[in-house]
Amino acid sequence: MIKNVSELYAYRELKTKELSQKAAEGKRYITVCNGTGCHAYGCTKVTNALEEEIKKQGLEGKLEVIPTGCHGFCEKGTLVVVRDSILNHEGVLYTKVKPEHAAEVVEKISKKEIVEELLYKDCNDNRIEQENDVPFYSKQMRIVFGMNGMINPESIDSYIINSGYFSLVAALQKSPEFIIEEIKKSGLRGRGGAGFPTGKKWEATRKSKESPKYIICNADEGDPGAYMDRSLLEGNPHSVIEGMIIGAYAIGASEGIVYVRHEYPLAYKNLKKAIADAKSLGLLGENILGRGLNFDIKVVGGGGAFVCGEETALIASVENKAGEPRMKPPFPAEKGLHGKPTNINNVETWANVPIIIDKGSGWYSSIGTETSKGTKIFSLVGKVNNTGLVEVPMGTTLREIVFGIGGGVKKNRKFKAVQIGGPSGGCIPESLIDTPVDYESLKKAGAMMGSGGLIVMDEGTCMVDIARYFTNFLKDESCGKCVSCREGLEQMSIILENICKGKGKKQDLKLLEELAYYIKEASQCGLGNTASNPVLTTLAYFKNEYLEHITGKKCHAGVCKELTTYFIDANSCKGCGACKEACPQGAISGEKKKPFALDNEKCIKCGVCTSACKFDAIKPE
Amino acid sequence: MSEGKIIIPEEELTRIINNEPNLVTILHNIQEKYNYLPKEALEGVSAKLNIPLSHIYRLATFYKAFSLKPKGNYHIKVCKGTACHVREAQKVITKLESMLQISAGETTKDKRFSLETVNCLGVCALGPVIMVNDEYFGEMAPAKAEKLIKEYKEK
Repeated sequence: MIKNVSELYAYRELKTKELSQKAAEGKRYITVCNGTGCHAYGCTKVTNALEEEIKKQGLEGKLEVIPTGCHGFCEKGTLVVVRDSILNHEGVLYTKVKPEHAAEVVEKISKKEIVEELLYKDCNDNRIEQENDVPFYSKQMRIVFGMNGMINPESIDSYIINSGYFSLVAALQKSPEFIIEEIKKSGLRGRGGAGFPTGKKWEATRKSKESPKYIICNADEGDPGAYMDRSLLEGNPHSVIEGMIIGAYAIGASEGIVYVRHEYPLAYKNLKKAIADAKSLGLLGENILGRGLNFDIKVVGGGGAFVCGEETALIASVENKAGEPRMKPPFPAEKGLHGKPTNINNVETWANVPIIIDKGSGWYSSIGTETSKGTKIFSLVGKVNNTGLVEVPMGTTLREIVFGIGGGVKKNRKFKAVQIGGPSGGCIPESLIDTPVDYESLKKAGAMMGSGGLIVMDEGTCMVDIARYFTNFLKDESCGKCVSCREGLEQMSIILENICKGKGKKQDLKLLEELAYYIKEASQCGLGNTASNPVLTTLAYFKNEYLEHITGKKCHAGVCKELTTYFIDANSCKGCGACKEACPQGAISGEKKKPFALDNEKCIKCGVCTSACKFDAIKPE
Repeated sequence: MSEGKIIIPEEELTRIINNEPNLVTILHNIQEKYNYLPKEALEGVSAKLNIPLSHIYRLATFYKAFSLKPKGNYHIKVCKGTACHVREAQKVITKLESMLQISAGETTKDKRFSLETVNCLGVCALGPVIMVNDEYFGEMAPAKAEKLIKEYKEK
């Protein structure tokens, strides 16, 4: 139990001493990514195999395996970094590590050699040893997410050694008003979507006269294609907890709640453990660090409703009601949970707080653009070469993210658009690829920051289908309270379905625009207000594709079955026969090593052959 | 719904409720134990906590995480998030539906498999992603999904 600030200093010193003793004995560390992405690659087996090998080769005490949270470069999992110290970011990166590599990895570490075949190779086949030199990482600015690769999320000591909870120490030495002023000056804006200034929100809740006051961490990360909040909670839960304690102090709140999506079991587990550990050390509970602050955190699991990401719906859900939004004002800062003042921020926003307190608002506000400060974590996914989580300063261009960090489009296909901001966002076309990512520029382009999902689309993505996809998503997730949202989305969905099936009419486009307007204007909450964005941006930038579907009865991306005819490109076909084997209809014929042919009479356009072909030879007309 | 009445012992009900103030968490506890929400459990919670059964049903049907029907031994979730969608998750769904002879949202007659589509599993970098019970499988394609289900069928 740590009762005051000097005891926390002593605790850190003790733990650091233990660590430097190990360093003196030449101890090295193998950090293994145990994020959910790497779990799908089998990281648990890799972790166990490395541990067994260390025992087998008698290297216990010399080598330690540390399972960490998500490192970010998910495309190349399971990720392993060999480090001399867990106090700095240096280390040799191994990619696509499998359990069978364990023996060689351990053996070579003891000989101070490197496993060449597991090193990352860049596009020119140059080998790169240091993790920091890999372009995917070197082009980022990982102030929030960087710690993930170094600390064990299940160990509070691991966080404290890396100066964890010392921002809290600094904060408690200042007045709550000073902290709010710092957050205001830093320019931090909500990372969950709308980008409301965090300091202002805190101030409003602080000024509310009623008590008790609550703070909530919104971890109901429902935007499809975004998973940074999950990775932060899984990989560095204490940074979120520390941010919340600082927030509680500044706002005057006595209770905190983290609302976690039920789809994130590992985040739930790691967060629960982190809270229990913080409690047992006295960093949560009564009289925190002897400064008279009483604050505790509870975890509540979501029920799988997208609309609960909206703050008033989230509050309703915590209050044992169905998660339906209500009218604002009154805002939660005035009347929130149980009718009391409540401040809600997103996971990434809370994780930024300790950094601002540590480095100062001046430093923080020097990063980013005029109106959008700091960094933002994006999940770079879809048809891009390097998928994963990337953290960049606000104002970085989409081109730099997609092509610089992401390494461009998969299979060298043609880039078409990038979808940003989840279902409330929009699709940004190639002509606007130099748009800087900040709240205002994205809004101007018809999209929004959202929680930071960045889905890359290529020539094989049909934009009408994307509009249909998001409309159906929102139709399913609409809580049904407002007629405009409930019925409007239903009608939009029917129209889009018709267009995709080749039954569209030219006047449908006007009708879509009209519906979009009413859904936007007449719905109560953020879901309805932004639900038209996917349709509006695709109509604005890809009207041609709609017209091709309606008048030309063609889907050139090959997504809308009814409007697609496939053919085998004789120049690309190598005659391997994989397509013939995959076709359930027997529609493909040919001799090995010669170009195959497709019989359109028999083809049911299931597209199984296009997935089976390694040479991209089966194409839609 | 389910065949036969399920008897839920008093101590099991107490364990499920576990002094938990949040109803959604209680519903999760029930589903974790029975793999769906049996009517008897909901009635038990309603009586014990003095909450109208209609309200409990309102929550059980509002939130997508819950099922009023039993799921299969192997519950398959196919991610339909945007990243998975653009990487052709629909083909994987179609393949699974035809292999298992059920539509998404249904359970096979022998109760071994059930299939569900979900909005985002949060493993976007590896799309298309599917989950079988607690295990994740990334970079799915129709052929790969077929192989995987065959393995489970032989288990």
